[in-house]
Amino acid sequence: MRSLAAALLAERRVSARRGWEGENRELFEHPVEMNVVMGPMISNRGRRWDLFRLVIFIYACLAGLVPSLGWAEGMLLRPANVQAFDTPNDGGESLTVNWAPGPLDSPDARYQVLLGDAGATDAASLKVIAEFPAQTRLVKDLKGPWWTRTAERNWHQFVIRNGKGVALKDGTAYTVTVAVLKGEERMVGPLLQAAPTPNWFNWNLVNNLVLTLIFGGVVFFSIAQAKRRDIFLRRIPGLDAVDEAIGRATELGKPILYLTGAHDMSDPSTIAAAVILGRVAKKTAAYETELLVPHRDPITMAVCQEITKQAYLEAGKPDLFKEDSNFFITSDQFSYTAAVDGIMLRKQPAANFFMGSYFAEALLLTETGASTGAIQIAGTDSDHQLPFFVTTCDYTLIGEELYAASAYLSREPVQLGTLRGQDIGKAMILSVIAIGILLATLGVATQAAWPQYFLDFFKDVK
Amino acid sequence: MDATIIGAWVATGLTLFIFSFLYKDNPLFKLAENLYVGVSVGYTIVKTYDTVIVHLIWKPIVENQEWTLLIPVAIGLLMLTRYVPKAAWLSRYAFAFIVGVGAGLAIPRTVSSFILKQIEDTIRPLLMLVPGEGVTFSWNLMNPASSVNVIIVLIGVSSVLFYFFFSVEHKGPGKMVARTGVMFLMIAFGAAFGYTVMARMSLLIGRLTDLIEYSDPSYGRPTLWLALVTIGTLIALSLRSRSEPPEEG
Repeated sequence: MRSLAAALLAERRVSARRGWEGENRELFEHPVEMNVVMGPMISNRGRRWDLFRLVIFIYACLAGLVPSLGWAEGMLLRPANVQAFDTPNDGGESLTVNWAPGPLDSPDARYQVLLGDAGATDAASLKVIAEFPAQTRLVKDLKGPWWTRTAERNWHQFVIRNGKGVALKDGTAYTVTVAVLKGEERMVGPLLQAAPTPNWFNWNLVNNLVLTLIFGGVVFFSIAQAKRRDIFLRRIPGLDAVDEAIGRATELGKPILYLTGAHDMSDPSTIAAAVILGRVAKKTAAYETELLVPHRDPITMAVCQEITKQAYLEAGKPDLFKEDSNFFITSDQFSYTAAVDGIMLRKQPAANFFMGSYFAEALLLTETGASTGAIQIAGTDSDHQLPFFVTTCDYTLIGEELYAASAYLSREPVQLGTLRGQDIGKAMILSVIAIGILLATLGVATQAAWPQYFLDFFKDVK
Repeated sequence: MDATIIGAWVATGLTLFIFSFLYKDNPLFKLAENLYVGVSVGYTIVKTYDTVIVHLIWKPIVENQEWTLLIPVAIGLLMLTRYVPKAAWLSRYAFAFIVGVGAGLAIPRTVSSFILKQIEDTIRPLLMLVPGEGVTFSWNLMNPASSVNVIIVLIGVSSVLFYFFFSVEHKGPGKMVARTGVMFLMIAFGAAFGYTVMARMSLLIGRLTDLIEYSDPSYGRPTLWLALVTIGTLIALSLRSRSEPPEEG
């Protein structure tokens, strides 16, 4: 009885495979046929059994038993429409494999992705680099946007990347295929050749480019507007305090301590801190107040030296400029902190400015500054350190207020226009969020896929 | 003497000297501070020489003939023209390059992380598709993706974003929205504060664990002896400062 069942299953597999290939003949890619499983299965049977199972099968078909017994649902077919190609929109060293969903994709079936050297003709020589349940790794589950999708949403996709025994080299061809497993049975797809290459453009990020261009256009438009008419800017309490702090230091005859944060000049917050330093330095030059700017980054120090020098020139006090008002301590986080704490205690600055990006040193610096009785003004976009600045400083510029600070202090049309442009950008973002939530809700309520075309455009896809 | 024992004495001494800052600024803290700065600068110089000069410049150019690296080297050398007053203007090209590249790299990264990512995570359907129940409005506060949490996040994001409108005056209904935004910010700051304080406590526990371990006789009890030295020095300095006349001015 057991032999009979096996014989029936084998015949069923053969028939189903033939039917499937026939249906997909035009779409199917099969440079090398790999009928590695079926042949031995059939040839090992005796003639007697061949005849017997043929009779039984014909009888079953005629009686319409195949569908009613569910035999078609249990047949193992080799992966169809397998495609292997260089992963688009990447830096190279990666291949992508797509294949159509099989009619037997079920939780107990599994797929294997195989990789080997170019020219391999035997699936046995390929290495299994991944194995996963048959109902996973679908295109629709991946994060890619619709405009770079390489297969239908219900297709399978696997991206082969370097690591864990895989070492792909750009320009080198490899043999790739997919196998399907169910129980003890295994069907290998066609062997395909593909070579990874790096790409110049990442079209996944085209939404990033479009948004940058839109926001850039809005900012340029706003700058043009700001040059023609006044732009209202609401009061920012922390910035009003800058003049107060410099004035207090001047009255007390004590220096002003200005920190530009932990990052280098590639960080926008450090650039903003350097711009505000220019405004503070101009005031200190005008009031002839000493300015101390200890640094953690030598390049930031050099840039800030130039900014300070320019500020003293603009204030008409170039002779008061001291080259060593900007000085480097060390790039190490806590030794820098210890040194600045020492400066706070010994020089007793009347005002401490903490602008830029900060890490764990934030609380150590501001606590010491608070103990000396100095006015403290902080401005950072390091959200994890903002609580410490809020609790220990007199005024804190939260997040984007740091970037608004230089516009507020200078009142220059270019900077005011930039700020206005950013506000318009934020209004656009709020609108997108409102429309997006509406569309996402409609998508759930109606089970429609079309809202995703809009939502994909606002996805962060690297 | 075993290097481990020397290390234990140095670590204990410097930890206690730094902790002495909790009393007030004193010569022991200054000693630790200057030692710390000096060692870190020395370490940075050696590390920079090895990483940048040897591995990023010398070896690739001299051994691998990667001549294109001479371009960044030349740009880097322009910075040194600052020490020649007549050629100091050349250094501005290097700074312009650094700031320009920095801004160019930061803009797409910022759009990606601070705009697209935030929008993507905020846009969530107000209704949920629950298997067996169909489309429903979920009131489950414990589920981050529930409908009620989507509304809370939407209110939070909108009000906080409105707070950062600088060209719109916060008055009337706008004032209420901005105040809601500040409330959301403060709640977030409070949570972050508590979380970070707990992390700092673990750092303190780490130092105290070391001090306890180094009070063991196998190390020569450095914690005990150096604590006595630190406390004794602070008392002596305090007595000395009392006996000295206060500084004028």
